[in-house]
Amino acid sequence: MTTDCDVLIQGGGGAGCSAALHLAQRGVRVILLERGLVGSQASGVNYGGVRQQGRHPAELPIARRSREIWGRLKDIAGTDAEFVVTGHLKLARNDAEEADLVAYLDVARQHDLPLRMVGRNAIHQDYPWLGPRVVAGSFAPEDGSANPRLLSPALANAARAAGADIREHAEVVAHAHDGARFHLRTANGAAFTAPVLVNTAGFWGGQVAEAFGEPVPVEPLNPNMLVTEPIRYFIEPNLGVVGGNVYLRQIPRGNVIIGGGRGESDPAVPWSRPLPEVSVRAMERAVEIVPAIAGAQVIRSWSGIDGGMPDHIPVIGPSRTTPGLFHAFGFSGHGFQLGPAIGALMTELVLDGRTDIPLDAFRIDRFGTTAT
Amino acid sequence: MRVAVVGAGPAGVRAVERLVAAGVSPVWIDEAPDGGGRIYQRPPPGLMRDARLLYGFEAKRATAVHDALDALKPKVDWRPETLVWHIRPEARTLHTLSRGRQADVAYDAAILCTGAMDRVIPVPGWARPGVTTLGAAQIALKTQGCGIGRRVAFLGTGPLLWLVAYQYAKAGADVVAVLDTTPFATKLRAAPGLLLGGMTFAKGLYYTAWLRRRGIRIAEGATPIAIDGGDENGVTGIAWRDAAGREQHIACDAVGMGWGLKPEAQLADLARVPFSHDPLQANWVPVRDGAGRTPVAGIYLAGDGAGIGGAEVAEIAGARAALALLQDAGERIDPIETVTLDRRLASQARFRAALERAFPFPAHLARDLADDTLLCRCEGLRVGELRAAARAEAATGPAPEVNRAKAFTRIGMGRCQGRVCGAAAAEVLAAELDCDVAAIGRLRGQPPVKPIPIPAPVDTP
Amino acid sequence: MKLVRLRDAARPRIGLTLDGQAIEAQQGDTLLTALLAAEAGHLRDSEFGDGHRAGFCLMGACQDCWVAVEGMGRVRACATLAAQGMEVRRG
Repeated sequence: MTTDCDVLIQGGGGAGCSAALHLAQRGVRVILLERGLVGSQASGVNYGGVRQQGRHPAELPIARRSREIWGRLKDIAGTDAEFVVTGHLKLARNDAEEADLVAYLDVARQHDLPLRMVGRNAIHQDYPWLGPRVVAGSFAPEDGSANPRLLSPALANAARAAGADIREHAEVVAHAHDGARFHLRTANGAAFTAPVLVNTAGFWGGQVAEAFGEPVPVEPLNPNMLVTEPIRYFIEPNLGVVGGNVYLRQIPRGNVIIGGGRGESDPAVPWSRPLPEVSVRAMERAVEIVPAIAGAQVIRSWSGIDGGMPDHIPVIGPSRTTPGLFHAFGFSGHGFQLGPAIGALMTELVLDGRTDIPLDAFRIDRFGTTAT
Repeated sequence: MRVAVVGAGPAGVRAVERLVAAGVSPVWIDEAPDGGGRIYQRPPPGLMRDARLLYGFEAKRATAVHDALDALKPKVDWRPETLVWHIRPEARTLHTLSRGRQADVAYDAAILCTGAMDRVIPVPGWARPGVTTLGAAQIALKTQGCGIGRRVAFLGTGPLLWLVAYQYAKAGADVVAVLDTTPFATKLRAAPGLLLGGMTFAKGLYYTAWLRRRGIRIAEGATPIAIDGGDENGVTGIAWRDAAGREQHIACDAVGMGWGLKPEAQLADLARVPFSHDPLQANWVPVRDGAGRTPVAGIYLAGDGAGIGGAEVAEIAGARAALALLQDAGERIDPIETVTLDRRLASQARFRAALERAFPFPAHLARDLADDTLLCRCEGLRVGELRAAARAEAATGPAPEVNRAKAFTRIGMGRCQGRVCGAAAAEVLAAELDCDVAAIGRLRGQPPVKPIPIPAPVDTP
Repeated sequence: MKLVRLRDAARPRIGLTLDGQAIEAQQGDTLLTALLAAEAGHLRDSEFGDGHRAGFCLMGACQDCWVAVEGMGRVRACATLAAQGMEVRRG
């Protein structure tokens, strides 16, 4: 038996669940197919940064729109997913890095992103717990963090309440397009058809694109994440560094979450895990930024599978080969903050044929690999 | 051939002994300073080490293991006080931490003999100072000459309950009660099978009879109600319902509790050994063949970490796993020896099955816990919070398995990584969702095996 | 919680401090024994308001006996030997 609907979504991360929600809210019959559980890969296992500062300029319009949705998340999804506006403090450890921070102030201004420099004198006064290698910072007061384990399931719940059909353990194993409709089959033999397919399948989004003749150079990207036992709460802002080789934040419960470097994975299983030497290096880099975390015990570490693109920005927009196919994948580690807005703009692309957000930088054919 | 053995309890000792006899000198790693495992843990230097007093009927066995251990240390790369916090089977590397120093150990084959810990079921008041596991109560006495209190009650089920109560009474502690949650009738039904255990069964009967003769209060088929006390004075008593349903109470200042053992199999999990649920012992156990081979190339398992069998089995299984490793490496091994070991393992397994039937894991005690009972000591999570998450309408339906519940509630996310609360949490979930506990799954292992500290910053900028 | 010395209790004495208070212990004591056989009562507090803790498993598994020792950082009290002059803090 084939199930018919208006829009099929493949991939139940933050972007896919958000798309299901927005489409359902506009009365569209939508079915989301998720191979495992919603939010079990990149959307659920990432660092939890809700950060606009430092985003690629092309991503900033999406990030700004997403931040506005994050602020209303409780109304939309019934939970704030522990979203707290702590500000994001990006740190420089030398002159060159400080120059990077200064240069970004212009980018932020162009996109109305509140951002201010914290200079050499102020940085250690304002944040006395920063290590001596830190020379300056830039602070984005509207940024913060949230609990990644909660976002996608909450959006999926809201989508379901709005009428979307969310199917978990529904791995798509066959894709076809007959010129008018998409035909998808799952591993358990169920068949689905719709005139529109939204590809929000993360790393696996590359396989979906390839199935429709537009392969892209997407690689698995495995964040290497650690968390400590609860310690005295003192690190309020979400912390990053120029270059991004370490980032950390503390939640009010006291746990410090540390990211940096890459783990390993086997997307075919799927299976992923942090790498021991990378974890040790992340600890060393983190304690250099915040010496007071020395001696705190790391109690758990994890990874997951995101899609990484060569230019570190996602593929977003219509297919160049197949009418009715829309992509939003390969978020290269940026998907958690962007996810809520992706659903909104994909809905506009699907239903209105346009969106106000410029998407040219994210075209799928920018790599020159699309068959013509 | 580079061989690593993790753990220096009875399984590790006999594995290393067999390897050394074959001319293989392994890297031998143990968390404790002096080996012996938990069962044959020795007191620190300076304390009396009279084996008869410390290990009772097991003195000869303990001494033999210690002698073997001490004789083997100079023949291998012995690394005490060393935690294996991660393993990468893809790279055949163990990642260790010893006194703040990281070290990688490359192996071609590794035998993991990581032992077990007490399996516990929360009881209201169980996180209070003065409440320990049965194993803890025994370790305090064995390695420190201390009792966990002046007036001690023991609660739980299984051979360890009676053994520890006996050891305490014998050492002069005031054992105020032994509360066995298993009804007498259940044990009686299993008695014929227990006879297979020979001496082990006889010892059990001896302890029980000895305690009865001393007039120590004994309850079978007891249901714990609460461990009373307060933040200032610790434990003040324990309340239970007897087999006839009457509420009982006794004053005490300490409670030792436990319901059998569960494998400390985190390393096997990180080594990507698959697990299966063993309904008889009510534990998730790593998959292995009778000789200790796993589906993961180069990984062998022995002892309680591979499924609970007890110390005697651990010794046999350790030797057997070493033989399997040698055989797989192309060494000639004595076929008579493997047959003998296999036969002994099989006979022990029959006894073990009877023992599990005599002292079954009382899942209902976990399933019936009141909502306000503390479930996860590390994260401060209560039973009712897990139930609520299980009931909540998630996209996936109610949290259908334990890792999903972990993501929503932080159950098992704390310092101990679910070691302590995992078994009870699975039962609470299974009851709430009305499904078999095996369907709930098990908490996935995540590195590190135990907490590792963030190192001090390097001074030079 | 008070540990009771049932045997082998005539070992040489050592002195340490817990949160500045003098504690007398015996050579060969673990920190857990040293503190709980004295009058410490507990070793740490639950971070989430669930009261005092004094260890539970005594085999390095439950992670509920962490204390801090000057110069050593944080250690499991059940797996660390007490030594003369140690300055211990709860938690």
